[in-house]
Amino acid sequence: MYSRKVRFLGYRFFRNIKGWDNIWYESTRCVNDRGKGGVVVSRKVRFGLIFSLLPVMVVIIGLFAGGVLMAIGQSLGYFSPTGESGPTLRHYLAIAVDREFRNSLRVTLLFGGLATFLAAAGGMLLALVLRRLAMRQRLVGLLIQIPLAVPHLSTAIVLIYLLSPSGLAARVLHWVGVIGVPDDFPLLINDQAGIGIVLAYLLKELPFVTIMILTLLSRIGEDLEEVARTLGATAWQRFRYVTLPMIAPAALSSSLLVFAFIIGAFETPYLLGRPYPAMVSVVAQRRYMDPDLTMRPGAIAMAVLLSVLTTGLVWLYLKLAQRWSGIERPLFF
Amino acid sequence: MVGRSGWLKLVIWATLGVIALGPILLLSIWSITYSWFWPDLLPDSFSLRAWRYAFSSVARLDVALLTSLGIGAIVAAISVLIGWPAARVIALADFPGKRLLLFLLLLPVLAPPLASTMGMHAVFLRYEVADTVAGVIMAHLVPCVPYAVLLLSGSFSRLETGLEDQARTLGANVYQVWRYVTLPQLMPGLTVAAAFAFLISWSQYLPTLIIGGGSVQTLPLSLVAFQRSGDDPIAAVLSLIFLAPAVIVLLLASAGGPADAPRCRR
Repeated sequence: MYSRKVRFLGYRFFRNIKGWDNIWYESTRCVNDRGKGGVVVSRKVRFGLIFSLLPVMVVIIGLFAGGVLMAIGQSLGYFSPTGESGPTLRHYLAIAVDREFRNSLRVTLLFGGLATFLAAAGGMLLALVLRRLAMRQRLVGLLIQIPLAVPHLSTAIVLIYLLSPSGLAARVLHWVGVIGVPDDFPLLINDQAGIGIVLAYLLKELPFVTIMILTLLSRIGEDLEEVARTLGATAWQRFRYVTLPMIAPAALSSSLLVFAFIIGAFETPYLLGRPYPAMVSVVAQRRYMDPDLTMRPGAIAMAVLLSVLTTGLVWLYLKLAQRWSGIERPLFF
Repeated sequence: MVGRSGWLKLVIWATLGVIALGPILLLSIWSITYSWFWPDLLPDSFSLRAWRYAFSSVARLDVALLTSLGIGAIVAAISVLIGWPAARVIALADFPGKRLLLFLLLLPVLAPPLASTMGMHAVFLRYEVADTVAGVIMAHLVPCVPYAVLLLSGSFSRLETGLEDQARTLGANVYQVWRYVTLPQLMPGLTVAAAFAFLISWSQYLPTLIIGGGSVQTLPLSLVAFQRSGDDPIAAVLSLIFLAPAVIVLLLASAGGPADAPRCRR
C-alpha cells in the first residue's frame, strides 16, 4: 500500500530507508529504550527526531530567537533606518543617562516588587485559609481561577469603573456621606504611586500564587502536620517548622514568575499608569511607535534590557523548580 | 463557636464570590447602561445600544471580532499541528540539548514579547509582511506554539505506549495506530492545547499593535480605543466579549473535568 503511494509521489529516496512510514513511531520508541545509555541510535531514528522537532524549531529559533537577535543587533546600531552602522553602545549609554528611562526603571522595579510581594504573601495566606474548604468544595478552586482567566485588559477596565474619581467606590462613599464631589476621592487610577497598577496585578497574581500553593498543599496532605500535633507542637510551631518550609519554595518560585511577568507586561500600566513616570514597557512602546525613527534604537535597547532581566529570572526559576520539584507548567496570567 | 465559624465561612464565600464574579457583574451593568450620572449608585436608564453597536459594522467592530476569531483559530490549528510531533519526542525521547530546548520553549511563554516583536518587525518590514494578518499570525505563533508543545508533552508523558506496540503487533499500520490508539488517548490534551493556544492569541495586544501597525484591527485593540475615547458602555461590552472565551474554557474544563485540565487537578 505504501510502496504504491511512494511510487505515485515519486519519492524514490524514501524507499531506500526501510519502513520509512515507521519513522515517527520508532524515533520515540528506540531512543526511549536504548538511546539513554549512550548507545548509538540509528540514522532513521535521528532523522525522525529532527523532523519531529523541525517545525517547532523554526518558530522558536527563526521567529523568537531570530527576533531577539535582530533586536539586539538594532540596539547595537545595525540595520538602522537612519543609516548608521554598528557596532556601537551609543543607544545603551543614551538610555543609561536618560532621566525618563531611569525613572521608569525605578517605578517598574518598585511596582513590580510591591505587587509581587503582596501577591506572594496574600496568596500564601489565602491558600492556608482556604485549604480545608478547597479540599471539600471544588467550587472554591473554580472561583479562584475566574480572576486568573479574565484577561488583563478587562481587569484594568473593571478597576477603572470601580476606582476612578466618579467610579462605583466613590459613589458608594458619597452615598454613605464620606465625600461630596468626585474630586474628594483619592486618586487611585493613573496615580503617581501606582496604586491602580499594583491593585490590578494583585487581583490577577494573588489567585495565581494561591492556586499554585493550594495544588501543592493538596498533594502533600496533612500527615506531617498531624505528626507534629501528636508530638505536641503548637499551631504556630506547626506552621513555622512544618507547613512553611513545605510551601516556601513554591511561593518563591511562583513569585519569580510573577515578577518576571509584571516587569515586562504592557496592558495594565498602559491603561492604569501615568504617562510619566511610566513603566519601561510603556516607554519603550511609545518611543518605538514614535514617528521620529531615531527614537527606535533606544526603545529597542530598553526592550532588550527587559528581555535580559526576565530571561535571567526565568532561568533562576527553572533552576529552583528543578531543585525543588518537577517543572511547573505556568498557566497564562 | 458554631456561630463564629459559620460567620467566617460566610465571609470567605462572600469575598470569593465578589472577587470572582464582581468584575463580570460590574461590566454587565455598564454594558446595558444608557446613562449613569454621578452620584447615582445604579444607572438612570438602560439600553442595548452598546450590544447592538458591538456586532455592527459602525466602527468596523464586526471586522475586529472576526479578525480576532480567525487569527486565533489559525494560530491554534498551526500550534497543535506542529506541536504534536515535537511534544511526542520531548515527552518520550531523550536527546542531546533537551534541557536547552525546554528552556527555549519556556522563554517565549514567560518573557515579555517586546524585544522579539520589535526584531521581527524589522524583518517583516523588509519582506512586506508587516501590517498584514499573516505577519500578526507569525507574531502570535511565538508564545502559542511553545505553550501548545508544553501542554501536549504533558499529555504525551502519560500516554500508554504499550498499547501502540500491541496494535502494531496485531498488524495495524502507522495511520491506524495513530487514529485508533494514540488520538483517543490524547484527545483531552489536544483540546486543551488548542483552546489555550487560541486564548493566548486572542489576548495578545502589543505584538498585534506593533506588527499590525494599525492595519490589523483585533478585538483588544478596539477595546482600548473605545476605552480611550470614553465610551464606557461599549468598552464594557467589548471587555465582556474579550473575557468570555477564557471563562467559558475554564468552566468547560472544570465541568467536563478532563484529566489534564491545567491546574484544576486535585
